[in-house]
Amino acid sequence: MHIIVPIKQVPDPESGAATIDPETGTLRREGASIVNPFDMNAIEEALRIKERIPDVTTTVITMGPPQADKALRLALAMGIDNAYLICDAAFAGSDTWATGYSLSSAIRYIGNFDLVICGKQAIDGDTAQVGPGIAAMLGIPHISSVRKIEEIGNDKIVVERLMEDGYDVLSMDIPCLITVVKEINEPRLESLKGKLRAKKAEIPTLKADDLNLSRDDIGQNGSPTKVIRIFTPPKREGGEILKGEVEEVVPALAQKLLELKIF
Amino acid sequence: MDFEFDDIQIEMQDAARQFALKRLKPLVAKMDEESHYETSLIKELAELGFFGILVPEEMGGIGIDSLSYVLIIEELSKVCPSTSVMLSVHNSLLNEMLMQMGTDDQKKRFLKKAAEGKIIGAFAITEPEAGSDAAGTKTKAVLDGDNYIINGTKTFITNANIADVFIIFTTTKPEAKTKGITAFFVEKETKGFSLGKKEEKMGLRASSTMELVFIDAVVPVTNRIGNENEGFKYAMKLLDGGRIGIAAQALGIAEAAFDEAIKYSKERKQFGKAICEFQAIQWMLADMATDIEAARNIVYKAAWMKDKGMPYSREASMAKLYASEMSNRVVNKALQIHGGYGYVKEFPIERIYRDQKITQLYEGTSEIQRMVIARSLLNPNR
Ligand SMILES: Cc1cc2nc3c(=O)[nH]c(=O)nc-3n(C[C@H](O)[C@H](O)[C@H](O)COP(=O)(O)OP(=O)(O)OC[C@H]3O[C@@H](n4cnc5c(N)ncnc54)[C@H](O)[C@@H]3O)c2cc1C
Repeated sequence: MHIIVPIKQVPDPESGAATIDPETGTLRREGASIVNPFDMNAIEEALRIKERIPDVTTTVITMGPPQADKALRLALAMGIDNAYLICDAAFAGSDTWATGYSLSSAIRYIGNFDLVICGKQAIDGDTAQVGPGIAAMLGIPHISSVRKIEEIGNDKIVVERLMEDGYDVLSMDIPCLITVVKEINEPRLESLKGKLRAKKAEIPTLKADDLNLSRDDIGQNGSPTKVIRIFTPPKREGGEILKGEVEEVVPALAQKLLELKIF
Repeated sequence: MDFEFDDIQIEMQDAARQFALKRLKPLVAKMDEESHYETSLIKELAELGFFGILVPEEMGGIGIDSLSYVLIIEELSKVCPSTSVMLSVHNSLLNEMLMQMGTDDQKKRFLKKAAEGKIIGAFAITEPEAGSDAAGTKTKAVLDGDNYIINGTKTFITNANIADVFIIFTTTKPEAKTKGITAFFVEKETKGFSLGKKEEKMGLRASSTMELVFIDAVVPVTNRIGNENEGFKYAMKLLDGGRIGIAAQALGIAEAAFDEAIKYSKERKQFGKAICEFQAIQWMLADMATDIEAARNIVYKAAWMKDKGMPYSREASMAKLYASEMSNRVVNKALQIHGGYGYVKEFPIERIYRDQKITQLYEGTSEIQRMVIARSLLNPNR
């Protein structure tokens, strides 16, 4: 079985790196970065499947700038077998559609895949669209927000999908894609041996031409999403506090709720 | 001269830092309070490779240099010195003894498993009446056919409750003092061997320190380390490496205390300003940082000399002496900066202060380090 895990490098929220440039309206990315936390769960789950059933190979891919190499090496240090960096100026400015398209093309190029595991969403864009997008473009079924893999064999996977009010148990034919939530596992740390291996590993770079992609379909050109404006939401001002006796405050509150059409 | 770490050293330091922050930090206060080490941490440390740091890859270890090892011990000690002493004893005493002195059979039986953390090591030289005078050992080994029969008591033994293999030092020729000591690998299940009382300590509380009791214990000749009566020499050679580990531990503890002092001095306000604005506090901080920097240099240099294959015994003792005395000065100032809040358990400096003291005592007290250093200065050719 071959498992492919697409991962994304995101700004580290704890380093205060994720700010928006007021001039250009784009995300500043020069600060510290981490692997998207949900993708860490995806890597961990791939490794657990490898420990659970025989003959599993695991591969991570990321589309990003040359520095995204660091994210791939982290996955290798955790125990992933292979890594590819999808890196080309032509990919710059991709929205979720173009990203899904480029990643699905890379997955086809690498080939022989049985299972694709994505994080539920990236904590910077927060769209949760890329995982399902990849599945659609590969023409394989997918289940999102998986919190547990109950069974996995060569032709079928049975998973629990997290719902607001509980969970669904669903079965799906392989090849397929799942996206995972943080409840699924606790990612392992990089081992000393893994770090040594990752340091030495050769990571091939895939360019747009390697994947035979037309410039019209990728990057900014291939992105139908038009961003009108990005801004930091204004700090919320303190709400109104109703003071006084219960007899006065409760009717006043009810009146407000009615005025605001909350009921 | 080059003061930069290489890529591998940086990666190893990072691995230790991650373990310290993600796994140890949430548990350290509880483990101190309960005087108990979380077993799940040992399993994870083993899986990540921390029990085979200096053992070459082909023998099941990681095979990195002593400077990387020092950086790992330092990082772990910033958060949990009980973890670093466990690993220090295992890596620099058990694994090193196996690599330096182990027979093929002993290596086959113990080394790979030890490097993978499947068996854990302890090192027992101290006895109730033989502390600094390590050659004063009373534990006796008498050859009887294919076995030695061992009688005696070892005290203050780190890792005793988790160890599977104990390196023990016995006397086989009491009148010969240092030239009558014989060392053995003793396995946990050995007949006649048992654990005695557990010490209740002021610091390093998550690390177990216990007595070992030998009553007609039967240890096969095949478990003897090297030659009869040469054990003291082996012990001294190993302890040089061990001392670098303890020096790194002292360094990490001092750095942790310093970080707490900086943080607290910026937060705490008196007389209308943060206390870090008072010159008295600033001078303490400046002295602490300078002291730490000096120790860092001497500790790294001792490790570097070991890596280069140079004689490093004197430098190891200097590093251990300087770093442990330095860390005592630093934790003392760091607590002083905390005022009364440093004396209560809500602030980490209270534990750090208690944990620090041991570094001036074990693997040779500061007085013994001075003795070793002076001896090497006065008799350089010995
Ligand atoms: C938490 C802990 C863990 C330990 N772990 C281990 C372990 O794993 N294995 C092990 O074998 N031991 C271990 N020890 C023992 C430790 O190494 C000894 O306590 C140490 O060597 C000192 O011996 P002592 O306690 O008998 O002190 P003593 O030797 O009685 O020393 C008392 C004082 O006299 C001074 N002194 C002694 N001789 C001289 C001299 N010639 N000149 C000047 N001053 C002198 C000492 O420096 C000290 O200040 C551990 C101890 C502790 C507390």
